[in-house]
Amino acid sequence: MLFFNHFGRYLLMLKGMFTKPENWRMYWKELMHQCVEIGIGSLGIVVIISVFMGAVSAVQTSYQLVSPLIPLTTIAQIVRDTVILEFAPTVVCIVLAGVVGSKIASELGNMRVSEQIDALEIMGINTKSYLIMPKIMACLITIPLLVILSMGLGIYGGRLAGVATKILSADTYDQGLLLNFVPYNVFFALVKAYTFAFIISTIPSYYGYYVKGGALEIGRSSTKSVVVSCVMILFADYILAALLLGK
Amino acid sequence: MIEFKNLKKAFGDKIVLDDVSHVMETGKANLIIGQSGSGKTVLQKCLVGLFEPDEGEIIYDGVSFTDMNIEQRKELRQQIGMLFQGSALFDSMTVEQNIMFPLDMFTSQGFSDKLTRVNEVLKRVNLEGVNKKYPAELSGGMKKRVGIARAIVLNPKYLFCDEPNSGLDPQTSMVIDKLILDITREFNMTTVINTHDMNSVMEMGENIIYLFDGKKEWSGNRKDIIFSKNERLNKFIFASEFLQDAKDMRMLEATGKIANDRNMDDMLK
Repeated sequence: MLFFNHFGRYLLMLKGMFTKPENWRMYWKELMHQCVEIGIGSLGIVVIISVFMGAVSAVQTSYQLVSPLIPLTTIAQIVRDTVILEFAPTVVCIVLAGVVGSKIASELGNMRVSEQIDALEIMGINTKSYLIMPKIMACLITIPLLVILSMGLGIYGGRLAGVATKILSADTYDQGLLLNFVPYNVFFALVKAYTFAFIISTIPSYYGYYVKGGALEIGRSSTKSVVVSCVMILFADYILAALLLGK
Repeated sequence: MIEFKNLKKAFGDKIVLDDVSHVMETGKANLIIGQSGSGKTVLQKCLVGLFEPDEGEIIYDGVSFTDMNIEQRKELRQQIGMLFQGSALFDSMTVEQNIMFPLDMFTSQGFSDKLTRVNEVLKRVNLEGVNKKYPAELSGGMKKRVGIARAIVLNPKYLFCDEPNSGLDPQTSMVIDKLILDITREFNMTTVINTHDMNSVMEMGENIIYLFDGKKEWSGNRKDIIFSKNERLNKFIFASEFLQDAKDMRMLEATGKIANDRNMDDMLK
């Protein structure tokens, strides 16, 4: 019953966002601000995670390929496909659910508790539209871009680790990257990125916007929003894989 | 003028407002007073539309607020200014950006015109030269004044103040009260103040409604309070011995006698 209560309010929150903005220029300004906060603000962690993810993936793949019959280019192929299909969209988005999700939930929660949302309502501003919509749009713009960046950096991280540990040469790695490349995998990763971006922005917005109480509740709702977002990302990951990759 | 008739509001089984009616007059400081949990904040939130009353009607200058659709309410809200208990300033914005925000949102003025207006209202609340400071760098009294500046920047017809003196020392409280009263008269606004502060009640109470347990228990002005026979009101307003003495002194000055259950010896102890 509680689930349906939350889900109903979540849908009503989303519906409430679609009204004509009071001032397009202010909404645009807020969107740009959120793009910087979410996109540029998460750049550092995405770069670090991606490079190490690719590097570890290359080293561990070579460790498991014990047969001399398997060519070394396979390592590059495996790194490329795992990074594109899973690591870049899913792992990066789970990390972003923590970084961006907790920021969104605590920012909105603090605004709710300190009556800043009420102050905006009194001014005649649709707070769902002004506060939540730019965050969702910013996530939908920046997170797929971060995922694309992560794909590139992950693959490059694998190359760096492969060369540094003398598992394979840079030329062999590059050669492997071009073998049996399936462009559909990139499309699939982007579908996941958009879906996860929507989850990362809307669930924390819901928990932050409707928080009641004080500082303790802000912390609780922030944690809860991250946990629920992560679970929903994993659930959506499975559903998308079954729908788009299932035979 | 804001009139509300037979307002009822309940949260679950708990009735918070029960058949409350009153008229808030233009150009006056209209006070809502009452103990904690008596329904003051809920009444004020119903009046500005943050809560929807279960029954009853709210009328702003002859136009029913209750019957308005969302767009009509949005338009009306641009004529409403509100000072919140914790000031509700936007943390990430400077004082100047906070006050300029309603102008950015609802006017097409250029930056220099908006800045001129911001400086005008800052001067009006005696807070010049703090444009570039952030709310975290201001004292409680300064935050309240910035809140008032933001509330009046669009020249509203209605001003709502929720506990304007909470957390302030008595002297600063009086400065804020005087400022609200002056602004109310200067711009002929309908000001509705929700307060616990008895100094405020006695200094600026031109039209007071006293709520007890969600019901309207008494209404009048600050002079009426002195002579009121309402026991609940007397207990609430003159809660301490000191305030009771002050009341008796006022009564003595005005009528030559004091309340029946008190005597002069008690007073002079």
